[in-house]
Amino acid sequence: MGSSPFILQMKGITKEFPGVRALDNVTLEVHTDSIHAICGENGAGKSTLMKVLSGVYPYGTYEGQIFFMGEEMRFRNIKESEHAGIAIIHQELTMIPELSITENIFMGNEITKNGLIDWDTQKQKTVEILKKVGLNISPDTLIKHMGVGQQQLVEIAKALSKNVKLLILDEPTSALNEDDSENLLQLMLGLKKNGITCIMISHKLNEIAEVSDAVTVIRDGQTVESYEVEAGHVDEDKIIRSMVGRSIENRYPEHESHPGDIIFEVKDWCVEDPEVPGRLVCKNSSFNVRAGEIVGFAGLMGAGRTELMRSLFGRNYGIYKSGTITIKGKTVELHSVEDAIENGIAYVPEDRKNLGLNLLDSIRKTIVSADLKKILTGWLLDADKELAAAEEYRKALRIKTSSVDVGVTTLSGGNQQKVVLSKWMFTEPDVLILDEPTRGIDVGAKYEIYKLIHELAEQGKAVIMVSSELPELLGVVDRIYTIFEGTITGELPASEADQESLMKRMTVTSQS
Amino acid sequence: MKQIKQVLGGDLRQYTMVLALAVLIIFFNVISDGRMLTSSNFQNLLSGNAYVLILALGMLMVIVIGQIDLSVGSVAGFSAMAMCILAQKYELPWFIGVLIAIAIGLAIGAWHGFFLAKLGIPGFITTLGGMLMFRGGVIWISKSISVPAPEELRFFGSGYLPEWGPTFTGMNNSTLLLGIIAIVWYIYTELKRYKSEASIGGDSATPLWAVVTRVVLVSLLLAYFTWLFGSGREGTSFPVPGLILLILIFIYHTITQKTTFGRHVYAVGGNKNAAALSGVNVSRTYFLTMMNMSLLSAIAGVLFVGRSTAAGPADGTSWEMDAIASVFIGGAAVSGGVGTILATVVGGLVMAVLNNGLMLMGVGADKTQVIKGLVLLAAVAVDVYNKNSGRSSIIGKLFPSKESTEKKEG
Repeated sequence: MGSSPFILQMKGITKEFPGVRALDNVTLEVHTDSIHAICGENGAGKSTLMKVLSGVYPYGTYEGQIFFMGEEMRFRNIKESEHAGIAIIHQELTMIPELSITENIFMGNEITKNGLIDWDTQKQKTVEILKKVGLNISPDTLIKHMGVGQQQLVEIAKALSKNVKLLILDEPTSALNEDDSENLLQLMLGLKKNGITCIMISHKLNEIAEVSDAVTVIRDGQTVESYEVEAGHVDEDKIIRSMVGRSIENRYPEHESHPGDIIFEVKDWCVEDPEVPGRLVCKNSSFNVRAGEIVGFAGLMGAGRTELMRSLFGRNYGIYKSGTITIKGKTVELHSVEDAIENGIAYVPEDRKNLGLNLLDSIRKTIVSADLKKILTGWLLDADKELAAAEEYRKALRIKTSSVDVGVTTLSGGNQQKVVLSKWMFTEPDVLILDEPTRGIDVGAKYEIYKLIHELAEQGKAVIMVSSELPELLGVVDRIYTIFEGTITGELPASEADQESLMKRMTVTSQS
Repeated sequence: MKQIKQVLGGDLRQYTMVLALAVLIIFFNVISDGRMLTSSNFQNLLSGNAYVLILALGMLMVIVIGQIDLSVGSVAGFSAMAMCILAQKYELPWFIGVLIAIAIGLAIGAWHGFFLAKLGIPGFITTLGGMLMFRGGVIWISKSISVPAPEELRFFGSGYLPEWGPTFTGMNNSTLLLGIIAIVWYIYTELKRYKSEASIGGDSATPLWAVVTRVVLVSLLLAYFTWLFGSGREGTSFPVPGLILLILIFIYHTITQKTTFGRHVYAVGGNKNAAALSGVNVSRTYFLTMMNMSLLSAIAGVLFVGRSTAAGPADGTSWEMDAIASVFIGGAAVSGGVGTILATVVGGLVMAVLNNGLMLMGVGADKTQVIKGLVLLAAVAVDVYNKNSGRSSIIGKLFPSKESTEKKEG
């Protein structure tokens, strides 16, 4: 195996997707028997890097070399990387809820005797492995009867059963409560002692500080910094600086806002997770937006931004617990999306393809779809009114298409987003909630979307913009709320905020 | 080639099946020495298949929302049987009987709708339950014996439009009037569309000569069928069930294409989550669509017993399969969101012409089933193949155009 102190070396990894360079000459070196943390903003390329490592993107589709335990590896699929001793625990758990722990652990690796499954041996082994991860429950327990924390442990146990040498945990604690998180971190320290190296992708700097031996920061697909740390002595400010430290160029249009009265106010908003009883995804959130003001919401993925917005939009998500919404001085109860639209709220979802659009529809049908009443003549939909509306928005928003009769799938991401925006502008809302409005859109189209957002504010609308990209928020909005784990952790005028001050409030640091 | 395309109109996909239908009719007419294209054959074809086509109209909407209704045959049989029994027992007038059948249909539809929309049980299971329950129900309430239907229903099941006015026209004047209305209405809608296309402008507008050619061709076709239906033997004309079907096609075409509810049906079928986020009440859409299906089932049942003069315990057996087949031959997608009333009618007519033509050729019911099954598979396979390879249709392949390649780049 040689004398290399590294269990894993990834050298000069470059991965391109059509039009985008997701990874650019990334280097990652992980010491044997260590816990190595990887940090970076959403979309920085962390997941892509792990997919390269585990063979999801097979050898040949990327450039660069991977050395694992001293040998160069050329994985063609996940099976090969697993065979070599690399296992990934994904954010979303991948077990089958209707099956038992034993069945899940040996899924695809069943121990057989004479062609039949040897249940006794499998169960015996399961009990042994479960002990290693500190679980003391029957191997016949069904996955669906276990909590998320325990499920995660089973997932790790499954990896251990395959003789894993390198365990990759992708945001392992994002769905866990504090006790379970602590438990998991202790387990990682235990694994380290038993000769298993861990790579941990995390946004939680306090956790990184607690357990990791080294930190690599990735930004915009490049390795920015990589340094070794002594557990417990991590310079969190330094990590934050590396995570965000890119200059804001002239990518944002000039805008001067003239905020009026508060027209949208939310007080003590609490929402429960529909899947995990007792877990609040929004905790006593209170905020307000003025007419003509653009308010940003900064938070990392999973912080509860989308959940908050969708629950405000006619309780489209989660179980409403408490809180009030006041629009233009009137407290309203919104029980359905229809109510929300009637009361002048519009919501542009972050997942354009699954939530924002019916991909079978044409542009003209999509644009009028949230307010069909407007194109009625008597009882019937008026094709002329529909066409006129579609043409109006096509011109106003400069949607690039040969005809409004073509399907929305023929458009580029930026133009699709303009169609979604048209659809909601057509409802003439007072409050416009934009959830990641520029995701998956190229730079030029982004600029146009920003200009549109400014125009909407100038018309006196209250605009809420949720984004993971801090430079974008700083460049576009007037005021920023930060959100972490369902709690609004801060409020800053954009003029006084910078990326570091925001990032501090978006993550939990041990000082706080 | 480009000219032909312009005459047919922009969306060639819908014409594939129309073309297949025309080829089928001509093929059978040649094989059967001209017995296909006769007045009495077409009159029978229409009145004998109207009930399946009526079911297909409702089934199209059910399939567009991404569900399926297996109970339509049983519901048709049950509501018609209940009507006949009640009408006989209490000597009710025929229209009260029809109202009872319709009320039963609505009630059953509400039952199915409740399980689908409120409890979230898939339509396949809800209506499989309904299929068993109401088939059992028919046999139960009828004690396995046929019950005569009210006399007056025969007019709706197998009657003809009345004769009136002058005789110099050489054909049934009601049919002639119907034909004239159809031609005038067609010309009016075509011209209106041409005008609105021209006023908005753009390069997509069809040239005038193409519109005129299209109008002339379709008008000639309509005139021919008017003559075919109107010039049969004394006392026959366009069948009444055919007229009821036409009215229902008009109504449901309007509902699906021109009302808010119709848009919601397509929105829910295309992307349920996006529809919900656009303010569509998804469960109400489910509920109303299922209710409408059972309502049409009851109407189909009434027409059928009117034609066969009695309600039998096995009435409606496997009608759901014919209705579902018509919808899929008409190009609807199993995953929902795609399909139109007019294409479904063409799909239903393909099935009807196949049945009829094979019968004229003396092919037995056994082999007819086999052939119908193959046609269904072939029609859907061609559709899926075209979708996968991004081609618009067989015709699209025959007449490749600049337009379609441009769209892909944009």
